[in-house]
Amino acid sequence: MADPVFVALAVVTIGSAIAALELRSLVYGSIALMGTLGGIAGLFLLLDATFVALFQLAVYVGSIAVLILFTVMLVKRELIFKKIEDNRRKFAGVGLMLVTMVALGAIFIDSGIKDITTDEPQVDFREIGSDFVTYYWPALILMGLILAGSVTGALVLARREDIEENGQRTS
Amino acid sequence: MVNELVDFTLVSVALLGIGIYGLAVKRNFIRMLFAIEIIINAANLNLVAFGRFIPESGGQTLALFSIAIAAAEVAVGLSLIIVAYRMYQNVDVADFRSLRG
Repeated sequence: MADPVFVALAVVTIGSAIAALELRSLVYGSIALMGTLGGIAGLFLLLDATFVALFQLAVYVGSIAVLILFTVMLVKRELIFKKIEDNRRKFAGVGLMLVTMVALGAIFIDSGIKDITTDEPQVDFREIGSDFVTYYWPALILMGLILAGSVTGALVLARREDIEENGQRTS
Repeated sequence: MVNELVDFTLVSVALLGIGIYGLAVKRNFIRMLFAIEIIINAANLNLVAFGRFIPESGGQTLALFSIAIAAAEVAVGLSLIIVAYRMYQNVDVADFRSLRG
């Protein structure tokens, strides 16, 4: 049976995921998203994946959530507090969510993974490091290039001077 | 290890459901980005959980790659939000007219 720490982390993660989507203010929403990402980092710690948990904290909670927070602050004040959603699709969305949860949950509970537990020692993080520089080195270099390219592209997109209001290009 | 594999997969399924709900219902570009983040995190949780219970270091390696690529995706998505906001002064995806055919 699951231990109390796991239950608490799961409640924090799922609760703040709902809050991130449903809170009226986008600023509070992005802070709740930070809670979700931190809860996932806690679940990684429970899974003995310390390195991934710290990576998650550094990349997601430390940079992505702050980036989102700053983007939210660039938006007009009345848009931050306005709830923009499709009311016709609301019931369809809730139904889709319930169908996904019930169907996938029933499949997982019914399947053979229900009884899987492990007593094996955790994976050594040195093994991950040596995997990165031996077997996965082309993927690591490609990942670095993709990151550099996407950040450069994002900067170029955000700094474009030829865009004016109402979608008219000036040059 | 006190917890079972199925506990972690159920949390992941719940997060996936919430993310799908957000993508279907919300029309705010920034909220849709939140929903995408939640779905990506559910996938990462699955990768690490299965990697712990096999046990195999590949799960964690793949999760690290996935986190790094998600960071790139968020950077591009936020810059698209800034460009669209400068063009339309709005974050409602139904207002982004030039993307319609």
